Amino acid sequence: MTDISASIVRRDAAAKISGRAAYVADLAVEGVLHARTVRSTIAKGAILKVDVPPLPEGVYTVDHSDVPGENGVKIIFKDMPVFAEREVRYIGEPILLVCGPDKEVVDEIARTIVVTYREEPAVFAWIDSKAHYAYHKGDSDKAFQNAARIHTETFETGYQEQAYLEPQGMVGYPEADGKITLVGSMQCPYYVKNAVLGVLACDDAGIRVIQAETGGAFGGKEEFPSLTGAQVAVAVRKTGKPVSLLYERTEDVEVTTKRHPSKITLSAALDADLRVIGLKATVGLDAGAYLGLSGVVLSRALIAATGAYTIPHLSVSGDAYRTNTVPTGAFRGFGAPQMFYAVEQLMGHLAASLGFDPVAFKRRHLARQNDETSTGGRFRDPILLPSMIDDVLERSDYKRKRRAFAKDGAWKGIGVSVFFHGCGFTGSGEATHIKARVRLEKDADGRVVVRVASADMGQGSSTALAKIVAGVLGRPADTVFVPHPDTDLAPDSGPTVASRTTMIVGGLLARAAAKLKEAWVDGVVQSAEERYVQPDFIRWDEEAFHGDAYPAYSWGVTAVEVEVDRRSCAVTLKGVWSSYDVGTAIDELLALGQADGGVTQGIAYGYLEKMEIRDGRLRQRNFTDYVIPTASDVGPTDTVFVDNPFAYGPYGAKGLGELTLIGGAPAVTAAIEHAIGRRITKIPATPENLLELIEHGQD
Amino acid sequence: MARIEFTLNREPVVYEGDAARRLIDVIRDDFGLKGTKEGCGEGECGACSVLVDRAVVPSCLFPVANVHGRHVVTIEDFRNTLRYRALERAFLEEGAVQCGFCTPGMIIAAEALLSKDPHPAAEAVVEGLAGNLCRCTGYNMIVRAILRAAKDGDGLW
Ligand code: FES
Ligand code: FES
Repeated sequence: MTDISASIVRRDAAAKISGRAAYVADLAVEGVLHARTVRSTIAKGAILKVDVPPLPEGVYTVDHSDVPGENGVKIIFKDMPVFAEREVRYIGEPILLVCGPDKEVVDEIARTIVVTYREEPAVFAWIDSKAHYAYHKGDSDKAFQNAARIHTETFETGYQEQAYLEPQGMVGYPEADGKITLVGSMQCPYYVKNAVLGVLACDDAGIRVIQAETGGAFGGKEEFPSLTGAQVAVAVRKTGKPVSLLYERTEDVEVTTKRHPSKITLSAALDADLRVIGLKATVGLDAGAYLGLSGVVLSRALIAATGAYTIPHLSVSGDAYRTNTVPTGAFRGFGAPQMFYAVEQLMGHLAASLGFDPVAFKRRHLARQNDETSTGGRFRDPILLPSMIDDVLERSDYKRKRRAFAKDGAWKGIGVSVFFHGCGFTGSGEATHIKARVRLEKDADGRVVVRVASADMGQGSSTALAKIVAGVLGRPADTVFVPHPDTDLAPDSGPTVASRTTMIVGGLLARAAAKLKEAWVDGVVQSAEERYVQPDFIRWDEEAFHGDAYPAYSWGVTAVEVEVDRRSCAVTLKGVWSSYDVGTAIDELLALGQADGGVTQGIAYGYLEKMEIRDGRLRQRNFTDYVIPTASDVGPTDTVFVDNPFAYGPYGAKGLGELTLIGGAPAVTAAIEHAIGRRITKIPATPENLLELIEHGQD
Repeated sequence: MARIEFTLNREPVVYEGDAARRLIDVIRDDFGLKGTKEGCGEGECGACSVLVDRAVVPSCLFPVANVHGRHVVTIEDFRNTLRYRALERAFLEEGAVQCGFCTPGMIIAAEALLSKDPHPAAEAVVEGLAGNLCRCTGYNMIVRAILRAAKDGDGLW
């Protein structure tokens, strides 16, 4: 463990424990109007008429006709309207807001508004592709022609709800100078700001966005707050009053973005030595009614097509399909959890059919330093997977359990997943789209304020960034402050996504701190800025999908042990052992927290969290129906971080936040397969599915 | 309109209004005590946990009428106690806080648990948290924190 990894007390923890931390619903705003959204009740159709009852004094409705600028929320495209105008495309699509001083009155009016539609046939099948990518490597046709053996399987994954504990919320108010300020639960203040600029058709000074304390996000507050931010801004503009839009849990589950359901077909070509030398992958994602970030999610999934293995001949393609369902979007892992689930299962099933131990089979294919990546880039840095696997097998007692469980028919199982996460934006995104900037401001007393757009939504980035800056300055961590981002005070250091905050923003801060240190004069106000410069070794051709998809990769190995109840098929977690290479862990306790939380979500994705949709309507709409792990659903965790410093990361750090989720689902499904002696191709592997497999499934 | 008299954080208070209103709304909106959070509004997450006569209840499911003559304690009062200090220190040291939205509710649940069972086994802590969801931590660090508070705060409960 390096010095930087020694834990300090988290900055924000004391305020949170005591209940003093102010989340958006806790803000007291004088004269605020409460907003409630009126939504489409049909999956597709034209809006013929909206009947609004006579409104009491001081109550307003806000709809598309109140949008001063463009009625489109900028995410990548402006394909999603702020308020539906002539047509609706999914159940829950926002049509208007009712705003008024009394919540109950507002709710009552919202209930009495009648929208008349002309219903049209909704599309739920995956036929309308709105994003298509493909790439090739080597000569996959030849590899398949000459294959000694070919194995094809299709894998399906379901929705997953982020289920951050604090529902979405946004508050806006007018300032004396005509500016509108938004305060909300969010990951990306500049995404919100940029979306609102176009919607209000105002200039840069017309809108200010501040992150409130945020009660978890996991991607769910990446692009969605751009929509609520735009709606609230329009409402403030119309009414001239503060407006608060707070979701309740049911509304939050019903209408916010979730993880893309996927269907992935993989074909592997093996040579005479029973080595996978060719892979064909076809990936389908359900984008929901608007594309949003789905194209980017798709590309991350496709790049991970080979998993943590080197396979020379590849043919990979995928589509994100538009359907008349709630839009899907960012969720920790961002396309990788679906792909790694499929690849890991494929490798496990291949091993079983060839008579190998699954881990032994995976070992034969591990990516090594200097290997070509799936997209023709290079793994430049050391890859420690072999020793990480050794360590996880030993700590979990894998070999003995693997043999013993199979023999004694105990309905116990153990499974291992091997995985990576590409750190930061895909390709040249940092250089071409984000162009991050950071600033340090030092006062006369030597206190340093970190001005970045990065949001601490619970992952601990404010503590990690403070440690990096303090470390480089050689000053105590408690003299460095990382306030919640405010677009009037902090430059745009990019969104809090893609496991980029520590590595990219932290890296820029380390450089800014070095500059500040060099120029440091006691008793003087000083500042230092840095901006992102792409290391010149990174080359990415967006069109051809070729080159270095990521500047660095974090790696992981996870073993999960389960016991399956013979009668009910309920799964109990007996243990979780992981090893992660995140370069350097900036603060060990924070990193362990990310590991525990991430793997818990990942495992639950594999066997527990079920969300289905029928005719465009979600069947699980709150925490009673949509079950996330409770304290009794988790197993003991045993996590190791290996040191493998990345030359371009601050103190050697790479990405951490998403990695820990990715191995959960494949490891738990492999363990369940071991316990029940059946193949799983669909997650979540719920008891009903397992019962079905035991009756009719394949060994 | 009902008149409901109860003790809130050791002060006698009177509520006049709709008796069916949820306790969480009365606490947060009428008394301005924002440390109690609403995560689900349906009794599933425990973010809204408060103590009513020392037992933990989800205030989102509790009509204010039910607290007539009883004693309600929220995080705002509990945080002034030595027991709170022990829990706070343990939560800090074990890394039991991430986004923090579940945390005040977890602290209240821990207090209810430890006042019944001052030296709980790990299983009892897990059981004591059955009504409290946390999406960030995966729970193990919270369980360790409560066990640690019980040990370091021996004699307080
Ligand atoms: S808000 Fe009361 S239990 Fe969730
Ligand atoms: S710390 Fe975020 S829900 Fe528990």
